[in-house]
Amino acid sequence: MNPQDLLYWVRGTGLQIAAAIFVLGMSYRMLHLVLLGRKKSLAIPRGSEWAYGLRIMWQRSFVLPELSARGKFTVVAGYIFHLGFLITLFFLSQHIDMLRAILKFGWPALPRSVIDIAAILSIAAMIALLVHRIIDPVKRLLSDFQDYLTWALTFLPLLTGFMLLRSIGFGYTTLLTLHILSVELLLIAIPFTKLAHMFSTFVSRWYNGASAGFRGVKA
Amino acid sequence: MNTLQRGINAMIEQIDAPIATFFTSCVHCGLCADSCLFYTETQDPKFTPIYKLEPLRRIWQQEYTFWGKLMSQLGLSKPVTDAELAAWEPLVYDSCTLCGRCSLACPVGNDIVYMVRKMREGMVASGHAPEGLKGATQRAIGLGSPMGVNLNTLMAHIHNTEKETGLSVPLDKEGADYMMVLSSAEIAEYSEIVSAVTRIFHQAGVSWTMASDGFEGTNSGIQIGSSDLAAELLSRVVRAAERLKVKYVISPECGHAYTALRWEGPNLIGRPYHFEVIHIIELLDQLRSEGRLRTEGLDETRMTFHDPCQMVRRGGVVEQPRNLLHMVAPNFVEMPDAGIQNWCCGGGGGVSANERAEPLRIKVFSRKKAQLDAIGVDTIVTSCSNCRTMLLDGLEHNSMNLNVVGLTELIAEHLAPASK
Repeated sequence: MNPQDLLYWVRGTGLQIAAAIFVLGMSYRMLHLVLLGRKKSLAIPRGSEWAYGLRIMWQRSFVLPELSARGKFTVVAGYIFHLGFLITLFFLSQHIDMLRAILKFGWPALPRSVIDIAAILSIAAMIALLVHRIIDPVKRLLSDFQDYLTWALTFLPLLTGFMLLRSIGFGYTTLLTLHILSVELLLIAIPFTKLAHMFSTFVSRWYNGASAGFRGVKA
Repeated sequence: MNTLQRGINAMIEQIDAPIATFFTSCVHCGLCADSCLFYTETQDPKFTPIYKLEPLRRIWQQEYTFWGKLMSQLGLSKPVTDAELAAWEPLVYDSCTLCGRCSLACPVGNDIVYMVRKMREGMVASGHAPEGLKGATQRAIGLGSPMGVNLNTLMAHIHNTEKETGLSVPLDKEGADYMMVLSSAEIAEYSEIVSAVTRIFHQAGVSWTMASDGFEGTNSGIQIGSSDLAAELLSRVVRAAERLKVKYVISPECGHAYTALRWEGPNLIGRPYHFEVIHIIELLDQLRSEGRLRTEGLDETRMTFHDPCQMVRRGGVVEQPRNLLHMVAPNFVEMPDAGIQNWCCGGGGGVSANERAEPLRIKVFSRKKAQLDAIGVDTIVTSCSNCRTMLLDGLEHNSMNLNVVGLTELIAEHLAPASK
């Protein structure tokens, strides 16, 4: 298989397989979680589970308690990484073109300079978070193999994407192939690792908020 | 079956949709550490709330996830051992008061204290619960009270109250509206509560009673994490209340009694009650708003209110004690973090019954000390008799000369004469 053929496979069949594993795997995982069920409380509620559950799903993204210096670092770097990642994913013109081909609709792209800044900040935040994970005693104690694996799987698409835009290191075909391959690895890994938090977080928040709402606790 | 397997099975049984979702969502960010007084006051990473659940997490991963099963197949997973559960016992019991601050802090929304409560079910089943808490639970089951008080003790308080107030204290009165339940500590140490509620209910014209076979609300079963024992203790109150056909059971000034009676109770016995549960402070505030609770005179002392965790974060009772305090305390001031984010006294969740945990509990009282130092008060009012004892103990260790009083007694001291 020559490089052109490989790229052709990777961006065609390869991507379809990865996307299918992602969609089916995540659907299965989320259903599996929710279907484990929970006992309905027989106590008399003081407030609404649904209303407060939905509120916490949204609110927990913004309202955080008082934090120590290490907590602040985690939150700020975490925000920069997630926002930078989402901006490059959804607002780079090449990504929108690809998504338009699948979804049959698109949206305006952000200027390349904005994407560049978002990508650089996101990459820098990820590196900072990795270093922090290693040197901070709390995070080091909590971390296991999966934490580092998922870091690498998330980092590679950002890195190869940035190299591709700036033509760093390898030729266009090689970089594009590597970039798409890294995306496919990430897509495949999401349902089987803690990367599944991209969806389960919102379910967690609902359960937490529902329990508080039921008791009439207003945080 | 050995105790390890029994413990592991019990933990597997506890894994429901919320627990599986919480572990799936945890990204090991460590933010929960800052919310836990055992971490903030020691800076020891092992006190990070989510780390206290590590054995349960691995059981979840190995039993419920593709990744965990794959790792087990490859021989790369680490099964949970008895030695590990033994090592985790102090983390799950001594350094967690079930205060629930971590559940408010988690950015992915994990209700961490819900998980600790569930993990304790497995710890008890595996035989790894603190001796002090085991003893308290055994006394509660065998003698009727974790502190070993009995009906005779209560009867003595009732007689004293009747002599002191000239009012009769109703016992086993069928058809009363309310049944008052007390905490173990109230009967053992703070018996003024009997006279306080007797006088308040007389003034407000509340139809009430106590039950000779269900007068104690303290529930060590909840704290040790045994639903079976918790149900046994709770069902005494339920049987008494339903025998006397009361409309309401009044939860005493005791945080975990409130959680047991109000929120866990019907689930423990597997059916709804034939009555409702109301906290004494909720009831007093209701009487206040109806104009039935009237006070006279003011206490000019500079005082603050310590929110018991189970009343605010886990109970939703925040405004009521403040409404009552404003009736009698013009110099009432709030501590930093008061209300929903208040810091635990350090002795909730069974920690106070666990002698082994005492040095750690005293150490982390520095958080409460800092809160108090920031406002410089003379009196701390609270609405949990366990908090009250823990506060007194912590103040003593820190040579702090402050009064600690129960809110119901404070109100009773300022009660206006009953209208004729």
